[in-house]
Amino acid sequence: MSWRYLLKKVGGAFLTMAVVVVFNFFLFRIVDRDPLAKYRGRSKLTPEQRETMIRRMGLEGSKWDQFVVYVKSVFRLDFGRSFDSTQPVLEEIKMRLPATLLLVGVSTLLTIFIGLYIGTKAGWRRGSRFDKASTSASMVLYSTPEFFFGMLLLAFVAGRTGWFPTGGLRTVGADHDFVGNILDRFHHLVLPMLTLTLGYLGSYALIMRTSMIETLGEDYLVTARAKGLKDSEVMSRHAVPNALLPSVSLIAISCGYIIGGAITTETVFSYPGLGLATANAIQNNDLPMLQALFMLASAAVILFNLIADIIYAFLDPRVKRVE
Amino acid sequence: MKNSDRLIRAMIWDRRRRAFFGVLRELRHDRPGFIGLLLLTFFGLFALAAPLIADRSALLAASGRNNPDLAAPSAKFLFGTDEIGRDVLAQLVWGSRVSLFIGLFATLVAVVIGSVVGLVAGYAKGKVSAVLLAIDDFFLVVPFLPLAIVLAVVLGRSPLTLAIVIGFTSWAGSARLIRAQVLTLRERAYVERAQALGAGSWHVIRRHVLPGVAPLIIANATLIVPVAILTESTLSFLGFGDRLSPSWGKLLDGAQSSGSITINAWWYFLPPGLCIIGIVLAFTMLGRALERIFDPRLRGR
Repeated sequence: MSWRYLLKKVGGAFLTMAVVVVFNFFLFRIVDRDPLAKYRGRSKLTPEQRETMIRRMGLEGSKWDQFVVYVKSVFRLDFGRSFDSTQPVLEEIKMRLPATLLLVGVSTLLTIFIGLYIGTKAGWRRGSRFDKASTSASMVLYSTPEFFFGMLLLAFVAGRTGWFPTGGLRTVGADHDFVGNILDRFHHLVLPMLTLTLGYLGSYALIMRTSMIETLGEDYLVTARAKGLKDSEVMSRHAVPNALLPSVSLIAISCGYIIGGAITTETVFSYPGLGLATANAIQNNDLPMLQALFMLASAAVILFNLIADIIYAFLDPRVKRVE
Repeated sequence: MKNSDRLIRAMIWDRRRRAFFGVLRELRHDRPGFIGLLLLTFFGLFALAAPLIADRSALLAASGRNNPDLAAPSAKFLFGTDEIGRDVLAQLVWGSRVSLFIGLFATLVAVVIGSVVGLVAGYAKGKVSAVLLAIDDFFLVVPFLPLAIVLAVVLGRSPLTLAIVIGFTSWAGSARLIRAQVLTLRERAYVERAQALGAGSWHVIRRHVLPGVAPLIIANATLIVPVAILTESTLSFLGFGDRLSPSWGKLLDGAQSSGSITINAWWYFLPPGLCIIGIVLAFTMLGRALERIFDPRLRGR
């Protein structure tokens, strides 16, 4: 990989993030002329408290002064205080991040393995019964809002059988030992995890299938067969590695959606992560929280896009020549 | 001169008509596409027939005052009632209009922005193209659900605002596709000939490039609608939209927040969810079929 390619990609990522930061200011300070008007408790504020809030939110002076204050605070990761809890936004986010990382991390891994397996098998035997069944199923999965899966699981699995808790992170008030605690957390994780996995499985399987079919038409596969390789060898050594290439960027990008991806699922299961925090912030018009969550989500996606570009250049040297 | 103009126009319309029926004929032989078209017709008729199935006043909060809350389906309420006693079926039929309107309007916004950006970025060279590409890159990278959320929080929560916000956040992919197609069209001999004969950019884009990318735009638009409807249902579920004129996603929000799941009031949350799956499937199958018809390289996939 050349330094020029790397530099170009890293520079591009920083530039995009800079645009996000400016866009955020533009949206919340210029399109929205009076951010404080969305603060519910504003009528109860004394004039002094109002002054303090205006100063704290950096709403003093000209737009340019505000912009300078804003940019400085972004560099300090200071996103102000939540309208809702009045705690610093950064603390709120730090507190909820681990739960979301666990939920989305585990379900992303599951989705990758199951989705890519199904897609590979369907594409390899195109037109087979497995292909037809799995492609139809993937289409239906793709067409379903993920929170609807969550509602179905809650009503028909948790509600009917009572095997799983209906929400939360762990059993409140329960006194477990260390192992018991982990099992209890996992017990709470099963249904939300299943919801997210079902929600994204379809698109992974469909993309892997298409990419497999494209690869099967390539000349080097004909060569591999002509050499007399066994079917399984052609598939595992020649077809799958090449077909995986488009999935690399898909995987990286979906890692970036860790922050934003679980919003509705966490809402259905009252799972206290960043997704539920986003939903609550929407309900309460909690602007400082929403700004921070938006920037965090964008930063994650931009970072993982960059990682995808770099991995891609290692795996497929043709990319650099095209650029 | 006038006469020959008329003749040319008639020929163009004749060709368009034949192309349209040709596509319909091919759709009949494409099973998923044909099923999609049938499903779509069904939902379209469902939305048109709303006033015949239920009176609009059944959506008002007051209409449920004398009915039982969260009642199971009965002869009077085929789909039961919601948490304030309103007829679920009435909300479902009228909701089809809201969901379809937001999905189609958002798509219109996305297609207009995407086509203009794609056409200009592909046809123009130099700085204009570079700037448009940078903007397109930005919208491709920024996660669109969080972006749609912050936009909707600041701009307002009405269905029309939602439609505009969704359209504004989902044009980047089609702009990229259209640009790629324009780049290849620009090098074709007939475009070069028109340019050599002194045709201006506007004329070439409108008369020679646009007709070439039109099939792509149509297939792409058909595939934006389902994504827009899914996004709308997600945003409505999170609290945007109008509870008194609910879309299907808003109905699911009502079902969730009223606790209908805990008491397993399936008549409340199953129908809107299944309707969303049905309409999204319909548009997706039709859109993929149109792609196959317009681009023969995709056949057999």
